[in-house]
Order: sequence, then C-alpha cells, then structure tokens
Amino acid sequence: MSEQISKKFHRVVEETTLIRRLLIAITVMFLALVLLLPLALVFFEALSRGWNAYWESFADPDAQAAIWLTLVVAGISVPLNLIFGVAAAWAVAKFEFRGKSLLITLIDLPFSVSPVVAGLIYILLFGAQGVFGKWLSAYNIQIIFALPGIVLATIFVTFPFVARELIPLMQEQGTSEEEAALTLGASGWRMFFTVTLPNARWALLYGVLLCNARAMGEFGAVSVVSGHIRGLTNTMPLNVEILYNEYNAVAAFSMASLLAMLAILTLVAKALLEWHYGNELSGRGAH
Amino acid sequence: MGMSYLVGGRIDCVCRFGNEGVVVEIKISGVTRNYGATPALRGIDLDIRSGELMALLGPSGSGKTTLLRVIAGLEAADRGNVLFGGQDATSLPVQKRNVGFVFQHYALFRHLSVFDNIAYGLRCRPRSLRPSAKDIRGRVLKLLELVQLEGLEKRFPTQLSGGQRQRVALARALAVEPDVLLLDEPFGALDAKVRKDLRRWLREIHERTGQTTIFVTHDQDEAIELADRVAILNKGLLEQVGTPDEVYDDPETAFVMSFIGETAKIKAEVHEGAVWVNGGKVPISPPDTLTGDVELYIRPWDLRPVGLDEPAHLEGIIRSSRRVGNVRRAQVSLDDNNAVEIDLPLWSTIEIGAPVNLAVTRARFFEK
Repeated sequence: MSEQISKKFHRVVEETTLIRRLLIAITVMFLALVLLLPLALVFFEALSRGWNAYWESFADPDAQAAIWLTLVVAGISVPLNLIFGVAAAWAVAKFEFRGKSLLITLIDLPFSVSPVVAGLIYILLFGAQGVFGKWLSAYNIQIIFALPGIVLATIFVTFPFVARELIPLMQEQGTSEEEAALTLGASGWRMFFTVTLPNARWALLYGVLLCNARAMGEFGAVSVVSGHIRGLTNTMPLNVEILYNEYNAVAAFSMASLLAMLAILTLVAKALLEWHYGNELSGRGAH
Repeated sequence: MGMSYLVGGRIDCVCRFGNEGVVVEIKISGVTRNYGATPALRGIDLDIRSGELMALLGPSGSGKTTLLRVIAGLEAADRGNVLFGGQDATSLPVQKRNVGFVFQHYALFRHLSVFDNIAYGLRCRPRSLRPSAKDIRGRVLKLLELVQLEGLEKRFPTQLSGGQRQRVALARALAVEPDVLLLDEPFGALDAKVRKDLRRWLREIHERTGQTTIFVTHDQDEAIELADRVAILNKGLLEQVGTPDEVYDDPETAFVMSFIGETAKIKAEVHEGAVWVNGGKVPISPPDTLTGDVELYIRPWDLRPVGLDEPAHLEGIIRSSRRVGNVRRAQVSLDDNNAVEIDLPLWSTIEIGAPVNLAVTRARFFEK
C-alpha cells in the first residue's frame, strides 16, 4: 500500500528521464554559449600572440597604474562597506524601530538603480556645476575625476552585498545568544566581538568576497565619474575599454583576463564556503 | 504524601536563616510593562525569598516570561521597582545584576565548546575579579560534574542532545555565582521522559546549592511538583502566590481553581441561605453577599457516587469515561448545560447512559 503511494508520489514529483535530461542539456548549452565560451575567448585572445606579449602588456605604466588604482579603490570601499553592512544588518536584524522596512528598501536601492545613474548623481552633487561644486573648488577639493569620486561611486554600487548576506542569517539566529552573553556580564562590545561576529563570520566573508569582486569589476558608475585620465583615474575595467577601442586586443584581453581570474577565484572561494559552511551561511545551523 | 521530603527542605531553610526568619532576596513592587498598547504586566507585587524555588505559572500571554525578563534586566519596567537584597536594581543594566539566566532554547554559544560556554561568564569579569585560567578550569570541571556531563567539555552544542544542552546552559548560568537563577520554560523543548528526569534533577541541584531560583512554566504539574511556592499570573496580573498545597487546595480565584487541577463549573442558585442545583440542595453555606444565579466549582475528587435510593445532592447520567493516571474519570451530565466529572476506581464497571446520584463533599464559589 505504502509502496503504491510512494510510486505515485514519485511520478507526480519527478519528470520522466527524457525531459529531465533535456532540461539539463538546455541549461548546459545555454551556460556554455553565454558564459563559458566568452570566458575561454578572453584567455584565448589574451594569449593569441604568446606569453611574452601577454606579460608585456602588463609592463605598460598605464596598465600598472590601472591595476594599482583598482586595488586602492577596492581597498578603501570594501572595508567601508564591511562596516556599513555589519551596522545595517545588526540594526535590521536585532532591533525593532520605525522605518525599518524603508531602510531595507534603501539598502537594495543600488541593485535597482542603473550604475550610470549612480555615477551621474555624484557628478550632480560634486561636479564643477554641481550642488557642492563651488564650495569644493573654493577649498581646492577634487572629488569628481579623481580617486574620491571613484571610491564614492564604487561604494554606492557595492554597499548592499555585505548587508544582504548578513541580514537573513542574523534574523534567523535571533538575539538570545547575545542576551545570554549580557546576562553573563559581557559588555556590548565584548558581546559583539565574541558572539555576534563569530556567529556571522562565514556569511560575512562571503559578502566581502562578492563585494570585492563587484568593486574591482564595476564599470558604469566609475566610468561616469572617472574622467578616463590615463595613468591617473583609469581602473582596470576602464583600461580594458580604452585598450580595446585602440585596437590593442592583446593588451585589452590580458587586462580582462585578470578580471576574469578574479571572478573565477571568487566563485571557487564561494563554492568552498558553501560546501563547508552551507548550514551556517543559510542560518539553518542547529544550535 | 511525600511529606518527609518537603519537611526536609523546610528544616534546611530554617537552619540557614536562623532567627532572622525569612530573608527576601528579590522584591518586586508595582511593576508594569506594556508592549505598545498591549499591557503585559499590570502592577505586579511579589517577594522572592532567599533560597526558595519559585515558579511563575500562567498560560501563554499571561506575562510570566516578561516578568522574568524584567527581573533579569533584559527588559525595562515602565513603572515599578525591582529590589535585589534591599538595593534598588530597577535601573541597573543586565550585566550588573548578577543573575544567571537559562533561556528556553538554551542559547548556547554555537561556535564555542561546552568548556568555553561555561567559562564565558568568568572570562567576562574585569581583570581584578577574574579567576586565573587554572581556577576557571577547575570551576568549569566542577560544574560539569554537578550537571553530570563529565568528559564532554570539548564537544560543541550541536553535538549534544536537548537535555545535555539544557544542562550546559544551567552550568553556564551557575558559573558566575549568581544571586538568583532565572529559568525561562526550562523544560519546554524536551520530550516527556527527559522532562521528568530533569525536573527531579533540578530539584536535587536546588536542594544541594540552596540557590534562589525562579522558573517560568505553563505546566501546572511542573510548578506544583518542583516549586516551594507558585505565583500564578493571568493577563498581566498576579492571581495568587502560595505553596503548592495552598494554590491547589485553597485557590483564591476562579482562574486559579480552573487552571490548577481538574475543575467542573456548574450553574447554581442561591436562595433561602442554601445552594441549589436543579432543585437539589448542595450542603455548603453560601456567603451572605451571594444571592441568585452563581457559579459553583467542583473538583472530580470532591464528588462521590451514592446508591440510587440514597439521598443525593446531584443527579445525572454518565456520558463517557476515560482513564486518567490511576483512576477512571467519568463525565456526568446534570442537565443540558451542566456537567461534572467524577473519579472512580479503575475496577469499577461504568455503564454509559446509566443514571448516577452524587454526594458533594466540597464545592467553592468565587466572587467576581
């Protein structure tokens, strides 16, 4: 009797083998066409004139400046977003306050706003003709077409990543462990560093990884505020575009290959994290 | 009756306090707490004596957990005071109250081992008061022995059963030598067998440590079996405080009467200084203030079946019966709206639909 039920049950839930294989085949083909093929082409083109040409393209001082600038921008914006993300997630997950849902919506804003618009906002605020333009130039402070503008645009685009990873986890974990720490005499800071942070560490790392990948790869918003000054305000993605427009395919794809490798590394790290700490990341871990 | 057990506990108390009599450890006066427009506590006055094991009993939403959290300092009272040993602790933050709190779902630190969980509170102490690493180790191992978890100090919370986690949580709370131990539904998440064992074991630990303890429960059996005194809450108000015997045998309100122990509520009439149910006179004397329609509360064991030709107080028909513990409990309908329950010996043969005459040995009124 129960066997009959389970057989029926299987038939309802599972598609026939044929359909299942077909679905998998379509997915794999689509992925190959849209993702794997272009990725392979990046490396193929970068190495089309051999290893020497590949390495030489990085000897260009402008290329080195672009790599350095990208590292600096990520080095500033990722830690800032780490702090912001933890603070926002902490506030949303552990406290009740008015306007909480508005805050959650605002955190998601960068996902829905075109990065170009994000860049334009900063031009309108800090550009020569912008709201604060006169004041800034009076004090000789340069934001647009300089590092601060690039960092601001990057922060805008990447700020949801850490908060988005942490909020569901922290909500799931609740506040009783924190309360336990308080009853045992821990101060607020001690509670945060010995209970809250360790409990969220893998989700935090995961969020930072994604945030970093996006910070290094951001094009649109940065393109608007950078001004494309060679050797000064070109990040790696911007440099790829310039080199490509100059028909310097090998150099363009060499630079692109670095970004591609960053992406692959991020994915591998992400997969490893999910594999090892899947339960903790989703907050389903028993306690 | 288990009297010797209780008497033993009392003698212990007397010895501890000598001539001072009862020492009040915690005094709660006029505590009020609202959640938005919803009142959770509406003016609670309660004394908790030093060394006693007190139960806060009530249905869900009665405010018992809120009261516990106000005592701990995890929640602030809107009005009223909490005194610890005569000192006003109302504005004292939770860290300074020196309470041990055991959470309903244990709230063990999931990334720390059993050892580090128990040592957490000692390591939080300011340097001047912190025991040495060696002393902490000794203390933790001693506590593990007390909660019967020797050898499990390297385990993580996920590697323990529910009952073991609860015991780690208790050891963690005891490690800081709290003035008072607070437990929120300590056995709520455990299965019946483990519950019973832990109950007995908690009572034993209390006897041994003499720790002032307050626990929250919605389970009246648990409160009656475990506590020295029971405080019964309903809708944010304290209904009654007393020993298990007092709240069980002399309930002061209708709520306590129906919440603790089995009770049937039937309609009765008071006139000519007597109580009448369906024309039958019940042998209790009503208070002078009561006349007309009243509600009568009767325990199953305060009813006794009598022969059909004997004079009876109530007449009814047996509708059904079921086994409850060591007796057979029968439902007897007196008329369309009134029914009572009676306890009969297991060996008695019960005929469904048969008429039965009942004598009332005890019944109660409550003024509204």
